[in-house]
Amino acid sequence: MDVSVKNIRKEFDRYPALNDVSLDIRSGELIALLGPSGSGKTTLLRLIAGLETPTRGSIFFGAEDASHRTVQERHVGFVFQHYALFRHMTVADNIAFGLTVRPRGQRPPKTEIRRRVADLLEMVQLSGLEKRYPNQLSGGQRQRVALARAMAIEPKVLLLDEPFGALDAKVRKELRRWLREFHDRTGHTTVFVTHDQEEALELADRVVVMSQGAIEQVGSSDDVYDRPNSPFVFSFIGDSAHVPVSVADNTVRFQGEPIGVAPRANDMASGTGTLFFRPQDVALVGDPAAPALEGRVATSRRLAGTRIADLDIGKPGEPHHVEIEVPLDALAATGTTIRFRPTRWKLFAE
Amino acid sequence: MAHSPRRLRSPTTEAPLARYALMTTAFLFLALFLLLPLAAVFIEAFRKGSGEFFAAFGDPDTLAAIRLTLLVAVIAVPLNLVFGVAAAWAIAKFEFKGKAFLTTLIDLPFSVSPVISGLVYVLLFGAGSVLGPWLKSYGIEILFAVPGIVLATIFVTFPFVARELIPLMQEQGTGDEEAALSLGASGWQTFWYVTLPNIKWGLLYGVLLCNARAMGEFGAVSVVSGHIRGLTNTMPLHVEILYNEYNFVAAFAVASLLAALALVTLVVKTALELHYGAEIAAGRKH
Repeated sequence: MDVSVKNIRKEFDRYPALNDVSLDIRSGELIALLGPSGSGKTTLLRLIAGLETPTRGSIFFGAEDASHRTVQERHVGFVFQHYALFRHMTVADNIAFGLTVRPRGQRPPKTEIRRRVADLLEMVQLSGLEKRYPNQLSGGQRQRVALARAMAIEPKVLLLDEPFGALDAKVRKELRRWLREFHDRTGHTTVFVTHDQEEALELADRVVVMSQGAIEQVGSSDDVYDRPNSPFVFSFIGDSAHVPVSVADNTVRFQGEPIGVAPRANDMASGTGTLFFRPQDVALVGDPAAPALEGRVATSRRLAGTRIADLDIGKPGEPHHVEIEVPLDALAATGTTIRFRPTRWKLFAE
Repeated sequence: MAHSPRRLRSPTTEAPLARYALMTTAFLFLALFLLLPLAAVFIEAFRKGSGEFFAAFGDPDTLAAIRLTLLVAVIAVPLNLVFGVAAAWAIAKFEFKGKAFLTTLIDLPFSVSPVISGLVYVLLFGAGSVLGPWLKSYGIEILFAVPGIVLATIFVTFPFVARELIPLMQEQGTGDEEAALSLGASGWQTFWYVTLPNIKWGLLYGVLLCNARAMGEFGAVSVVSGHIRGLTNTMPLHVEILYNEYNFVAAFAVASLLAALALVTLVVKTALELHYGAEIAAGRKH
């Protein structure tokens, strides 16, 4: 089932939580909504589910405008951040809930419901726990019960709100892989919300990066990491360093000095901007006469196979710090001077 | 090396002497102001033997008072149950203008003297009011009749259920309800299968307190009742009349019934707290 979000605006007490957001989700895709808290990612998920109504805009399920459909009519599977399992019901009753509340005519017979529950439990690898209550389960088990419960109504779309947020690191990694396999096996259109970029990059077919109620970039993990389209995405995903620069005469300058980087054809030809690069995408420059960024090591620390140096590259009175990776054998004691040039970088105009 | 037990005392506990002094004070206070009067009620009721005690309940006026008290409770408690759940639901699960005002209003009967609560109805439905004579022209008596007593009782007891449920429902949030709706349940199914089971023990607790107060209310009911024997006297009012007529055995016999109700309430309440403490709201105010 394709899902299209068209020009959605959502206000809470006149404050816009989402502002003119559009997104096309293809059938069978696994999509991550990634952003810092307050970026509107959970609001977008709840709007798709029908748990919130948009102030403006519409949501399409396939060719059908679902904007005015109630949450019940939308037939989505929603997994809540804190699972929202019914504490007074057994695991089996929780999973069967969506089937038992159906009107008499559409409700499967009891034996059929029991069989479906058993199948779902097997699918989430919790067979034998039918009779347990939610408070007798571990966090990871509750998470999977919540997923089975959502799957029981055979939803067209599966929506997960911070699915691994409340779990410890190890269980989180296991469940992440498991969810990917689960998705590949069932082929549902799946959207999940996360603030953990590692989770989004590892798990999703496409990542939707959000900030301040708007979508910054939509793309594969490679797209958003290697080809960020905005300063926000560049600094939000992965480690990065940024340098305020001016461009003129086909030369990029930092505090008036050329740094050995020339703007590319589609970069700005002149003006001020910001140069972004990853700490590992730098080359040390040995020739003291060649143009480069030059900095004094403020601190340096060993990180597994590399060394991270915190450099002050500003002139006296205009300090500017960047962190870069330097080879272990490079001289990087505090106070030494290092000259380098970014090898892969992106220039954003002011 | 033998340490004296005194040395092992935790640094945050008081000296044994202070502890015993505090406990003794508390128990003595309770005994003097609660247990002693309670015992006196029963002793007085049985002073002339159980024959006299039971004879007191043969009096038609006494029976009428018991019937009226039960009738009032049977009307007031379910109404306040519905009102309490509705109000708690609205306050805990929705955002709307005037929410803080509603929350304050619910507490009003707790902060106002019951006599005032009664007088409000006298002003509303009395001979000098607009509503009273108009209703009377249709043959509906409010004041000095059963409807007035029911109204006053509802007014005095309406915070109990709502107060009990609001913190509980606020703490539980709307997650479970949203989950039920997303699974296709209707609003009614969600309430019946999800919300109600989540609040059942808190609700029972609130109803219990509401009932105890509905049966025991004196002040507000006294103002609106008119004290017509056999017609508008509830048990607490009847106790007062018997007492003023120096009919001590009968007065204390009826009083012992009310006291027994209080004891049963206390026992059930304690049992509920013991078993379902976590499910009954923590930060209670009464």
